[in-house]
Amino acid sequence: MGSMARAKVVALSMVDKHPEPQPLLAVKLSPAENPTAEAGADAAAPINSSALPAPEPEVVPTVSLTKVFRNLLAQITRERITTAALACVSIGALFLFWYIGTKYRVEFYIRFKNVPTPYEVFQQLTQVGLSNKYLVNIAISVRRILLGFFIAMAIGVPLGLAIGKYQRVRDLFMPVVEILRPIPAIAWVPMSIMLWPNNEASIVFITFIGAFFPILLNTIHGVHSLDGVLIRAAKCLGASEFRLFLNVILPGSLPHIFTGLAVGMGVAWVSLIAAEMISGQFGVGYFTWEAYSLVDYPAIVLGMITIGFLGLACSGIIRMVGSLLMPWLAFAPGGKR
Amino acid sequence: MIMATAMAETQKGLIDVRDMGVTFGANDNKIIAVDNVSLNVQPGEFVSLIGPSGCGKSTLLSIVAGFVKPTSGDAKLDGNAITKPGSDRGVVFQQYSLFPWLSVRKNVEFGLKMAGLEQSKRNTTARALLDLAELLSFENHYPDQLSGGMKQRIGIVRALATSPQVLLMDEPFGALDTQTRVVMQEILTNIWQQFKISVLFITHDIEESIFLSDRIYVMTARPGRIKAEIKVPLPRPRRAEMTDTPEFMNLVQELKGLIREESLAAMAPEIKDRGLSGFGMKVGPKGVGDIF
Ligand SMILES: Nc1ncnc2c1ncn2[C@@H]1O[C@H](COP(=O)(O)OP(=O)(O)OP(=O)(O)O)[C@@H](O)[C@H]1O
Ligand SMILES: [Mg+2]
Repeated sequence: MGSMARAKVVALSMVDKHPEPQPLLAVKLSPAENPTAEAGADAAAPINSSALPAPEPEVVPTVSLTKVFRNLLAQITRERITTAALACVSIGALFLFWYIGTKYRVEFYIRFKNVPTPYEVFQQLTQVGLSNKYLVNIAISVRRILLGFFIAMAIGVPLGLAIGKYQRVRDLFMPVVEILRPIPAIAWVPMSIMLWPNNEASIVFITFIGAFFPILLNTIHGVHSLDGVLIRAAKCLGASEFRLFLNVILPGSLPHIFTGLAVGMGVAWVSLIAAEMISGQFGVGYFTWEAYSLVDYPAIVLGMITIGFLGLACSGIIRMVGSLLMPWLAFAPGGKR
Repeated sequence: MIMATAMAETQKGLIDVRDMGVTFGANDNKIIAVDNVSLNVQPGEFVSLIGPSGCGKSTLLSIVAGFVKPTSGDAKLDGNAITKPGSDRGVVFQQYSLFPWLSVRKNVEFGLKMAGLEQSKRNTTARALLDLAELLSFENHYPDQLSGGMKQRIGIVRALATSPQVLLMDEPFGALDTQTRVVMQEILTNIWQQFKISVLFITHDIEESIFLSDRIYVMTARPGRIKAEIKVPLPRPRRAEMTDTPEFMNLVQELKGLIREESLAAMAPEIKDRGLSGFGMKVGPKGVGDIF
């Protein structure tokens, strides 16, 4: 307790040292140096005596391999082993089903007659998989996704924040949103081809449409679900309109925005693949559809698996960025952890 | 009163509410929440507002905070009409209102950041305040990692960071258990004395209001009016043991009597509808049960 009081005086006198016409606090805080400061310390003690800033024991940073190894081992809990085992079981079952179906050429309403075996697909991957054509198709699809998605994000998030915050903006934009929203991105294909000067732009546009509405609507929802008391608290702490936006409304709706981004990314892939199949040149969707036209069955499955992995990677990145940007969610009640 | 106005010359933080009326809704579902209320808080004074549920206490506080506009009458701070929220009035809410995305220290810094203070100064001030709240070791935690009592303590020092002239508190300890409450009351008394700040404090808890206040306003059931104004002559510093003294007990009895009448009046329609047997169930956690 004694060292506590000393620490307090030091901290406070540091405040007092600023002679500039700065916060009134410098003046206001100084009474803390009067004897009642001790009483404050006593009163608080019952709650968190353990929380008093006991000097942290010096930790000498040593890198010992056994320690690293033990840490790794410590992370392998029963819980995690079970999770991993179940993941293997579910993926294994899928492969087993595929393997047995193709091995015995099962024909029981669904027909495995033309379906390639896992081995054939694997072979396809080793041959085609490293070919230029395949990689270029992937690159082109990824570029379209990134363009469409980032444009959707750049428009959807600010617009969503504005619509969520201001009644007038809402009145202006929501009618159009409500009309356009039910139209699936794929239904935009013919219109998009007419609208845009080239094929590339029209495919990006369709990807954009797919991502845009989930992002927009989730952002609006994020603003609306923000606790009003936080906005009131910010206002009486002197937040101007702009700062309120930047420091409260944006971070407060961030969890919902990221839900929107994840959903939007999924829909963007659906839309992209459909667009590539219908109107495309290049792209993974085009690759898959072309394989079908050329009766190259293993390539169809390879295309499908590629799409699956790309989608997985994209949503994984979004989730990762999300948890980097929102570390507090790890502690939120009912949160991610 | 006269002495107090003389004091106002030297010290700021005079809240003056005159003939205040607040009506919600229109026509058929018109609710008169506050009716013709006048009250004041002198600079450096600790004043409580106590009354049955729904009598308009929060509404009154919202007006002084600047969130709600009165239908009639006016509210002034140091002679200036209150029109919008501002950092000259710190507010502590009943609900936890820390920003969950900011660390404890960043929460306390928030008001200073809004005022455009540079990072190093914000940091120093926030740390000094956290030390005052005995929570410096939690500066890098997130609010969701703290207990309710800790959150409210941080809420209080966050409201104090911008050096407001007055502190408005709407049942800040309502959600806390009894033991924590008692500790929080002592901490608040201390902070109040150090900052020499005016406080308008809303509560349901009679003993809390006596323990903390210089003066207590008792409100009537809806429409809320001021029923009584009671001075608390107990000496300071006040200690938890004081609650056992006869002076304290007498004040409790006096206030209980005043509030019992009003609570019964507030419940009158329900008692008529349901009879006294259904009474205990109908009354929520904030109801009569708390007061008696
Ligand atoms: N925004 C609003 N619109 C309509 N009626 C309202 C509004 N705010 C409050 N009221 C009504 O005004 C009355 C007073 O409400 P207020 O919240 O001020 O009561 P209170 O004294 O704080 O009650 P409690 O002790 O339960 O918190 C209540 O009947 C409430 O229903
Ligand atoms: Mg209330």
